[in-house]
Amino acid sequence: MNDLLQKSLTDVGLLLEKGEVSSVEITRAAIAAMEQHRDLNAFITETPDIALIAAEKSDRRRSEGKTLGALDGIPVAIKDLFCTKDVKTTAASKILYNFVPPYSSTVVENLEQSGTVMVGKTNLDEFAMGSANMTSHFGPVKNPWKNKDGSDLVPGGSSGGSAAAVAAGIVFGATGTDTGGSIRQPASFTGTVGMKPTYGRCSRYGVVAFASSLDQPGPMTRTVNDAALVLNAMAGHDPMDATSARHDVPDFSASINGDVKGLRIGIPDEYTLDGMPGDIQELWNQGIKWFEALGAECQPVSLKHTKYALPAYYIIAPAEASSNLSRYDGVRYGLRVEDAGDSLDDMYEKTRSEGFGDEVKRRILIGAYVLSAGYYDAYYIKAQQVRSLIADDFNRVFEKVDVLLTPSTPSAAFAIGDKMDDPVAMYLNDVFTVPASLAGLPAISVPVGRDSGGLPLGLQLIAGPFDETTLFRAASALETAAGFDVFDHGKDA
Amino acid sequence: MSLDKDTVRTIARLARIRVEEKSLQPLAGELNNIIGWIEQLGEVKTDGVLPMTGACENSNVLRKDEVTAGNQRDDILKNAPDAEGPCFTVPKVIE
Repeated sequence: MNDLLQKSLTDVGLLLEKGEVSSVEITRAAIAAMEQHRDLNAFITETPDIALIAAEKSDRRRSEGKTLGALDGIPVAIKDLFCTKDVKTTAASKILYNFVPPYSSTVVENLEQSGTVMVGKTNLDEFAMGSANMTSHFGPVKNPWKNKDGSDLVPGGSSGGSAAAVAAGIVFGATGTDTGGSIRQPASFTGTVGMKPTYGRCSRYGVVAFASSLDQPGPMTRTVNDAALVLNAMAGHDPMDATSARHDVPDFSASINGDVKGLRIGIPDEYTLDGMPGDIQELWNQGIKWFEALGAECQPVSLKHTKYALPAYYIIAPAEASSNLSRYDGVRYGLRVEDAGDSLDDMYEKTRSEGFGDEVKRRILIGAYVLSAGYYDAYYIKAQQVRSLIADDFNRVFEKVDVLLTPSTPSAAFAIGDKMDDPVAMYLNDVFTVPASLAGLPAISVPVGRDSGGLPLGLQLIAGPFDETTLFRAASALETAAGFDVFDHGKDA
Repeated sequence: MSLDKDTVRTIARLARIRVEEKSLQPLAGELNNIIGWIEQLGEVKTDGVLPMTGACENSNVLRKDEVTAGNQRDDILKNAPDAEGPCFTVPKVIE
């Protein structure tokens, strides 16, 4: 592998600044790596021509002294859920197999204005519904990390292509979206950093909608500082998204100083699960010791309703999805399936039946059911009430602590094809990530170690609303203490 | 509460998703597994708890009623699977 591509985004940015390397050079290397790693199936669409044009422009800006900042000229990948003007955007669904948006999402525009170079659109679970990248119409993504016997593993999901592309050293950063864990879980499975900002921090305009009250774009990178830099470029108020926050966006990278002395860290009792692998419990304990050694104060806290977060999520998210996905009707864009003599309803039903995969259909049907007359109060309102209780739990503990430390996932990466016959077993992947999603809180998965099978594991930090600054500061301290190397894949533990 | 074949047929129809007759029963089984697991929410006391609709602090976001991105008819029609002239088309809906 090209050494340049193994550097952090932060470091390669410094090399660009010193003129030791050009954007065209790095971009060519990234394109070559993307081609070399096609077996991972991390990309749905490669955009090398667009990338090289953007790289040349970046180099020209730099030579004229008009550089756009820390990200100018750096190759990144965009999850294929973000609309990109004139570049196919599929949401990994057959129903959008040929959709070419006439506009770009705000996050993509923000990244372009920071000078980043998009090399391609990454694979994902169909409409971001999945935790293994197995539901993509374009096939599963392989994790760059392998089982000891060399067999393939899932990268997690739904942002599995972005996670694999970052872990494999194809790009320095990628966008993800997180509805119930779709950034943090794949980050944990691939040994990368995945950060879900506070709901509203990044605009959802132009992001293909799954569950609008939960969806939030965020960065996926190899280091915490890289994530801070990418988030700074992505975030900000957007008049095109009514739920976009009006809060100022601080310089997240500047908040990282390694100092966690006196930081109050909560360890939620309820995140200890029966049957959780010992490796995960040990790493969690280790995380507590690292923080204490750095002068942070760890204390047990209680989030009583944690256990009910996942079932509440699996009412709320499908309900919102069934509404959002009603727009795919075969009329205005995407797939249309119609036979001679069909009525309008025949055409709708055939289009949606052929266009959506099994998991998406399951969720639309669950959503339609929990919203239907007679069940609305018993399921949908009940779930929203439970969501209130979960948010209240967090509000209470954040009066006593600054951040929470938990495992990111209840297991390491599993084999391709596992858990596919049991939706609920698949849903349990997100047991530690969903509560913060329901409460809209910022959270990050930091790679900290490897399990007995040699596979990466992450720990999750959760902070109060719009307190990404504290989150990054704690995450960076954890990262330094752990000293994890993502490029250890292929090497023995 | 459990979903039978007829309920699945009804919600599939509401969601405009065609499900073959022979697939209704297996699908009812799959959905019941999920619904059965979700029903543990019944254990939680929620009397008087306000439903939380979202994590967003904003309310009543208003803007001026101005055209900001108009005149894009042709760009938008490019994605239509069966456009005719300046129009989207649908199967015949009136006799």
